[in-house]
Amino acid sequence: MQKFTTVTGVAVPMRRSNVDTDQIIPAVFLKRVTKTGFEDALFYGWRQDPEFILNQSAYQNPRVLVVGADFGTGSSREHAVWALRDFGFDVVLSPRFGDIFRGNSGKQGLLAGQISEADAETLWRVLEADPGIELTVDLVACTASVGDLTVSFEVDEYTRWRLLEGLDDIGLTLRDEARIAEFESHREPWRPRTLPARQVNL
Amino acid sequence: MTNAVNTDSPTEIRPRTLAEKVWDKHLVAKGENGTPDLIYIDLHLVHEVTSPQAFDGLRLAGRPVRRPDLTIATEDHNTPTLAIDRPIADLTSRTQIETLRKNCAEFGIRLHSLGDIEQGIVHVVGPQLGLTQPGITVVCGDSHTSTHGAFGAMALGIGTSEVEHVMATQTLPLKPFKTMAITVNGALRPGVTAKDIILAVIAKIGTGGGQGYVLEYRGSAIRALSMEGRMTICNMSIEAGARAGMVAPDATTYAYLEGRAHAPQGADWDAAVEYWDTLATDEGATFDAEVILDADTLEPFVTWGTNPGQGVSLSDTVPNPADIDDANERSAAERALEYMDLAAGTAMKDIRVDTVFLGSCTNSRVEDLRAAADIIKGKAIADGVRMLVVPGSARVRIEAEAEGLDKIFLAFGAEWRFAGCSMCLGMNPDQLAPGERCASTSNRNFEGRQGKGGRTHLVSPLVAAATAIRGTLSSPWDLVQDGTIPASAVPADLTTAKL
Repeated sequence: MQKFTTVTGVAVPMRRSNVDTDQIIPAVFLKRVTKTGFEDALFYGWRQDPEFILNQSAYQNPRVLVVGADFGTGSSREHAVWALRDFGFDVVLSPRFGDIFRGNSGKQGLLAGQISEADAETLWRVLEADPGIELTVDLVACTASVGDLTVSFEVDEYTRWRLLEGLDDIGLTLRDEARIAEFESHREPWRPRTLPARQVNL
Repeated sequence: MTNAVNTDSPTEIRPRTLAEKVWDKHLVAKGENGTPDLIYIDLHLVHEVTSPQAFDGLRLAGRPVRRPDLTIATEDHNTPTLAIDRPIADLTSRTQIETLRKNCAEFGIRLHSLGDIEQGIVHVVGPQLGLTQPGITVVCGDSHTSTHGAFGAMALGIGTSEVEHVMATQTLPLKPFKTMAITVNGALRPGVTAKDIILAVIAKIGTGGGQGYVLEYRGSAIRALSMEGRMTICNMSIEAGARAGMVAPDATTYAYLEGRAHAPQGADWDAAVEYWDTLATDEGATFDAEVILDADTLEPFVTWGTNPGQGVSLSDTVPNPADIDDANERSAAERALEYMDLAAGTAMKDIRVDTVFLGSCTNSRVEDLRAAADIIKGKAIADGVRMLVVPGSARVRIEAEAEGLDKIFLAFGAEWRFAGCSMCLGMNPDQLAPGERCASTSNRNFEGRQGKGGRTHLVSPLVAAATAIRGTLSSPWDLVQDGTIPASAVPADLTTAKL
């Protein structure tokens, strides 16, 4: 994973709350077995509307999404994060995220920064007043700046560290391999095992 | 770095919740300085949609699956529910299924493929095999993994990166969750079910209300539920934004488990029960939040909008967005009514449906099918309505057929399908057409969830059955009122349905 420090780019003010992962990417696009190429699927239903914000000329090649509360609720599909990344987004700022989505984001280099409801409103107004204006997100300072305005966002310290360092989770965990083996050595024998397969007749 | 811990420390005297006990028991290493805890995973359930990229990651890194003996796979999201003996027509679906088969063969994972008696929705398969047990940690790349919490397990839905992480390490780095008690006092009235409890809970706390929490469902109304009912409730914990939902194990849990293929046997069973008996939340343990609900006054509950929190009692009307104080909620309600093509003030019971879907990991177990069959037996489906009945697993389908349920559904005019996720998310051909309205026993009424432009009302199996007869959203009591069924036919709970 690449190291993440600052991002500057077009920010999209999306005045919608409760954007579930089915809206971010509908299930029909989950049939692929690859991890890339999902840019066309992002917000597929809404993008059929020419007025939808991502279809507007001012917001081409965006890198930051500023959206209402409860973004990424619902299905665990990590495809939602892949689609946002493939489309070019590096940052989503929202007052509240679905837990699984937020976790998935941190693993794929997408920064999910939590802002206050009031700051979301302020950012929307500033971005709407000057469509296509660039915004800078600084992960060291945990701030988002546009023009004279600077707001701070929250991201949990561990995710922030991993993003700043570009670290891979599995590699980190495997450094504790001896502890995992030690834990396994005293698991109770009656805990379920899938192998060998057992079956009962009806 | 992290320190090893003694998870069975006898000096631990602080009263703990069920969730805390399961967490502590699975602590491989305690996090320090803001790093997460490392938690051991007892059971990893795998399906075709969220696994291919994880297997690819393992291959690229040259890593094996650490514990194939704690991993099991099935095919459910993409599988057709008709003509399952034929090659899957949709090529991308077929490729995804074939990819799972290749991956499972390569990495030594047990797989229940289409046609196998244990194939079915992953959250129906785990419990039916007896793999889902009290006090274990369960993960799956699917948000409805919360279902397994009904057994007193800590069951988490995860993303594909985490699927790969569990495959490689059998652990997950996790920050401790907050705990919330959902106490449901009293007793459900006849015709009111577990589904109505959870829809009412979500309407009360909202789709973000459970964020960061593990919910523990407690109280007399929960204790009275069957395992199937508890699974229905825990299944939808994610719709309240929660990481997991749990119910403490008890005699009902043990009776369900005993004798299942992978349940402990003999002395192992006794040892397991001895441990399971220690899991219930201690007297004096504190929760970070508590919500209290009264089952006595609960009515059948249905949704009117496009998220599971937008629900009302069936006897109520479509709410007026103008009455909603919160600006975001108000605009969400306005957009929902437009999408759903509903006017504020419309009686929910006046809403006409085109389709009834009985299925999904929320309500597709044999008890759900039996309860619906009991209502529709000997009746005819309403004109212009189609009904899909999709058992949760191949085994459920066979059990239902052994009881003659298939014949009841077919005589009624419903379609009797093969097992899978089906119209819950419409990845296979079972989809709503644009504008089509559906009463669905599934878990999500999101825009386009069941098919582009489709409109979903979430309902219980009993409401689904009554709606299929009347053509409008209805409860069994509406059937009593118009003389279609006697009052004695309204089940006190789903376990009492008798054919």
